[in-house]
Amino acid sequence: MSFQILLNVFLAFLWMFFQMSFSARTFIIGYLLGLIVMIGMRRFFRHRFYLHRVWAVIYLFFLFLFELIKANIDVLKLVLRPKLNMRPGIFALETELKSDWEITLLSNLITLTPGTLVIDVSDDNKTLYIHAIDIGEVSEAVDSIKNSFEKAIMEVSRG
Amino acid sequence: MTVISDIIIVFLLLAGAFLSLVAAFGVIRLPDVYTRNHAASKSATLGVMFILLGTFIFFLAKDGFFSSRLLLGIAFFFITAPVAGHLISRAAYNSGVKMWDKSVRDDLKNKK
Repeated sequence: MSFQILLNVFLAFLWMFFQMSFSARTFIIGYLLGLIVMIGMRRFFRHRFYLHRVWAVIYLFFLFLFELIKANIDVLKLVLRPKLNMRPGIFALETELKSDWEITLLSNLITLTPGTLVIDVSDDNKTLYIHAIDIGEVSEAVDSIKNSFEKAIMEVSRG
Repeated sequence: MTVISDIIIVFLLLAGAFLSLVAAFGVIRLPDVYTRNHAASKSATLGVMFILLGTFIFFLAKDGFFSSRLLLGIAFFFITAPVAGHLISRAAYNSGVKMWDKSVRDDLKNKK
């Protein structure tokens, strides 16, 4: 991915040297033209075209923001309700993610999700221990985490 | 244009202050460390982010001053607040702080 971005910047510089004008506008035009050339040549790259991954990162960021706002509305309801009728507990979540930064990202996401907070990660990096403020259906929570966040992170890290 | 930006600024500042207030209420009302941590790490994060964003828009709309430090502050807070919540509750668990008696399950007890 970094190779593709470097190549694109290089193509933009090439365009600037062809035009003999070294301004930000020429750079942007050259970058866009280089993008078109690279889309045309994308079957020669070993990995996916890099815009897919950029898009996945943007999607993950907005997922993050959206979950944070939802979590706050949940806490708001819980705190301002006159009676505390919640059932907290800790459940384990098996994760398929491998590398350290993916697990860090997943646990940050889980911490900012409605009603969940990561307490511990097992030593073999396979299980996350999550404190939930209201354990209704554990399997349901696990499923929703797996389907939304884990998939979004995998989309970013896929080669 | 200024009316719209004024409305946005006022909304962001008040919402941020309100969320911080709710976080404080949560810390007082909720029964144990872990549930309190929920309130503190989520509501306070968004509250501070709202206030910083409101300040950023205020200086941008009024003086035309683009304060990149406020944006960096938002980004740093966004990254570090959940980690702080995680570390505090982990330290609490490892030093044997009990959970609330109405807690229903504890998978961490039989950790491999």
